[in-house]
Amino acid sequence: MAQKNMSLTKCPMPSLAPDYRNKVFEEVATGYTYEMAVEEARRCLHCKNKPCVSACPVNIDIPAFIEKVANEDIEGAFEVLNKQSSLPAVCGRVCPQETQCESKCVRGIKGEPVGIGRLERFVADWHREHSTEAPKAPECNGHKVAVIGAGPAGLTCAGDLARLGYKVTVYEALHVAGGVLSYGIPEFRLPKAIVNKEVDNLKAMGVDIITDAVIGKVLTIDELFEDGFEAVFIGTGAGLPRFMGIPGESLKGVYSANEFLTRINLMKAYKPDSKTPIRRGKNVAVVGGGNVAMDAARCAKRLGAENVYIVYRRGMQELPARREEVEHAQEEGIIFKTLTNPVEVIGYNNPDDKRDPRNGEVIGMKCVEMELGEPDASGRRRPIVKEGSEFTLDIDTMIMALGTSPNPLIRSTTPGLDTNKHGCIVTQGENGLTSREGVYAGGDAVTGAATVILAMGAGKNAAAAIDEYIKSK
Amino acid sequence: MFKILKKQPLNSTVTKMVIEAPLIAKKAKAGQFIILRASEDGERIPLTIAGYDREAGTVDIIFQIVGGTTMELNALNEGDFLPDFVGPLGKATKVDGMKKVAIVGGGVGCAIALPVAQAMHANGIEVHSIVGFRTKDLVILEDEFNACSDKVCMMTDDGSYGTKGLVTNALEQLIQEGNEYDEVIAIGPVIMMKFVCLTTKKYNVKTVISMNPIMIDGTGMCGGCRLTVGGETKFACVDGPEFDGHLVDFDEAMSRGAMYRDFEAHKRDEMCNLLKKEAE
Repeated sequence: MAQKNMSLTKCPMPSLAPDYRNKVFEEVATGYTYEMAVEEARRCLHCKNKPCVSACPVNIDIPAFIEKVANEDIEGAFEVLNKQSSLPAVCGRVCPQETQCESKCVRGIKGEPVGIGRLERFVADWHREHSTEAPKAPECNGHKVAVIGAGPAGLTCAGDLARLGYKVTVYEALHVAGGVLSYGIPEFRLPKAIVNKEVDNLKAMGVDIITDAVIGKVLTIDELFEDGFEAVFIGTGAGLPRFMGIPGESLKGVYSANEFLTRINLMKAYKPDSKTPIRRGKNVAVVGGGNVAMDAARCAKRLGAENVYIVYRRGMQELPARREEVEHAQEEGIIFKTLTNPVEVIGYNNPDDKRDPRNGEVIGMKCVEMELGEPDASGRRRPIVKEGSEFTLDIDTMIMALGTSPNPLIRSTTPGLDTNKHGCIVTQGENGLTSREGVYAGGDAVTGAATVILAMGAGKNAAAAIDEYIKSK
Repeated sequence: MFKILKKQPLNSTVTKMVIEAPLIAKKAKAGQFIILRASEDGERIPLTIAGYDREAGTVDIIFQIVGGTTMELNALNEGDFLPDFVGPLGKATKVDGMKKVAIVGGGVGCAIALPVAQAMHANGIEVHSIVGFRTKDLVILEDEFNACSDKVCMMTDDGSYGTKGLVTNALEQLIQEGNEYDEVIAIGPVIMMKFVCLTTKKYNVKTVISMNPIMIDGTGMCGGCRLTVGGETKFACVDGPEFDGHLVDFDEAMSRGAMYRDFEAHKRDEMCNLLKKEAE
């Protein structure tokens, strides 16, 4: 066994300089070198009870893969990761490790936890760059399963089932696979080449991916069963964006984060030759405090905005985004207006000329300051309006990143599929079984907007349940 | 990939294409739309379904050449392929349960109004069609409307064909003559739909309109197609594209529709130059 590294801090992640990267869409964090990875891996104590594993939604054997890295067997480390995760290069980049695996790391009690996410990313990237072998399609067991939605939940479910020998067909509504990994998370945080590679691996394993297919419209779930599929997994993800219901939300220059990010990531509107338009605002306000809000703000900055504000009604401590995203946003010059809530969007109006094309353009946002009161049902301190604190922020673009409500297309066309009052699909416990026999669901379609890794965990559990269901038939 | 089986210019700026899309043809209904891309790096645009043939497995689209993408689409020929063609999206038009309706189509909107008129006619509903165009050269689908309507009013802005005047003039006259419509269905430019609704409101006739706002995914994800209907935010892609015309905020829809006017003009000129170069 190699010598332990008893440093109290993680080996820092090399990244592009903030005032360079806030103008380009290149990946911000450039990744550990081989030496850094081995050095960081030697900080792991290999605890017997593996607290980190219990905090991983897909149960990766974390000490085992890190030990392989410490012993410089990177391919061996990849094999450990690959047993549990279909998308390690993605998870290493976008998982909120600080609230999952790393939150339970014993090294974190006195100092910083082991950089588990950074090591996972290193191993997956090393494998992608060095391995020449494409994954092989396992022998087919003759059973067909349909997966709806090629996002993190669907791809994970498809990968696990394919490994078990199932013939899996994934139906995707958009023209590319990846779901939120393609349309939502920007290139500078998750390069699309990595997503495409993970999708290609699934195809090599025999998974069919059919794009441009909106299930619920072109085919219903009942028709999938008629076509010979024995089980269906619904991983249709987040749906329609939420708005605040304040005056002025339909003015020109008000986007949902979904629309803003879809234009940039899926439709490549950041490229000068893109055929999809995007507004390049000078003063941009992003309302919300999650990862999506950080992504939208950092995209707006990269499109050339002078001032980008994160407007959030609670405080810095309460921001739901990954810590690293908040830090990166701050380094890139995003201005945090916390304890602030918009109450009205103000539009331009030329009283002398009704045909003035600037009429209806966003010119400002009326806000109030907030203070935190007693904890509410979510356990977070409830924001309360400060009397007489109203002020106006001069902006030309506003982006609402307030979460989403589930897509109605599947529930409205699938008789017998129970949904809750929010429209989320109801499942029984962890295995994802819905109120319909043979129909499983997971990810944002069930939970409402959550994280990539939770969706992957749900896809994984459902795959195991589908395997059990088909075998027991 | 979706093959273009037939391409036919209907007038100088409007083209009809028949696309091979058997799964969509099997499900398509009047009032629904598709999203397409004309090239691998193209933008996604929505077009309302202008017709379908379930047996032949084809879907018809009719589009006006107005911007970069429709120009790019119009540059394709029979035998070429569209990389993406998704649908049928949106809710279908209600085409039964009425006795008598007036269908109002304006310009290229007539292409969308036609399958509605045909479906209602086939269901035994008395159909009065009012179709309006700027001028005679732009008239499309006249024979098709004649074949499925109990009465057709052809209107042109300049009087070069049919009756000189606006569709609202003809509609108001028909109502005043004592025609009692269960429903008016108006499809065309937003400004036309707005004035049709102002007219029918006076006579308290239920009016259904079909919105065609800016969309990206078209499947209930991005929220770009939102509009205000009866004071509530609705999404044309999943809640529509048809709405109760008396509740729609048309002024807001017109303002939002003009959001990318400069970009579109620029892309149109760019595409024009590109096509010119290719032709040389």
